[in-house]
Amino acid sequence: MESTLESVNKAEEMAGQTAKDAGFEEDVRDGITMAVREAMINAVLHGNAYDPNKRVNLSFEQNGSELIITIGDEGKGLEPEEVPDPLAPENLMKQSGRGIFLIRAFMDEVRFRKLEPGTEITLIKRIPGPDLGRQEAST
Amino acid sequence: MSMKASTRQVDGVTIVDLSGRITLGEGSVVLRDTIKDLLGKGAKHILLNLGDVSYIDSSGIGELVSAFTSVQRQGGELKLLHLTKKVHDLLQITKLYTVFDVQEEEATAISAFKK
Repeated sequence: MESTLESVNKAEEMAGQTAKDAGFEEDVRDGITMAVREAMINAVLHGNAYDPNKRVNLSFEQNGSELIITIGDEGKGLEPEEVPDPLAPENLMKQSGRGIFLIRAFMDEVRFRKLEPGTEITLIKRIPGPDLGRQEAST
Repeated sequence: MSMKASTRQVDGVTIVDLSGRITLGEGSVVLRDTIKDLLGKGAKHILLNLGDVSYIDSSGIGELVSAFTSVQRQGGELKLLHLTKKVHDLLQITKLYTVFDVQEEEATAISAFKK
């Protein structure tokens, strides 16, 4: 995808539809779409800095029990440990710095991987269906 | 849906009715420009009606924080009105709910300003 705001909006739409197809409830879908939007903003704005020569790679995968979303950029790289805690009193009123916090708040698992160049973030949300199935089978 | 902002005056309070999405790009810019314009005109009591705001991302949250601090720096007050559940939850998890003065009724909100 191109490093544009349109790509951010498109990815958000795709995430909403994919999450719906995977059977997530509306509240959970909203969280997933927000996490994807924030990860895309990081990739497009902070990673690729809107550079038209740099691409963002987005993929969705379902393995039966999880929805796995991967977003990779070609930017200068991100050190997630170095991002200040947005809930700390000294950061609470800062204008930016909440994206990764929100991603972690809405997803079950978040992984970062360094690329050469860039950063890849993997967002994982567990699909509740199989557990329900096991409960029904055990009764 | 793009963001729209319209303003009205009630008892010395400027009410900004916002609708749409406050997100990176147009939505955040509309909010920023509206607040800048109001402060430029000397508005001191600003009530942001978020009842028709369907979605806010981290950029939009940042813009709300920025609006709050800008108004405070000018010696004014900014309050929020009619949060949707989504926006309410977002302000809760970012610990901003208690920072903002959040109001549920317009009349109560207007009388809560220190005039």
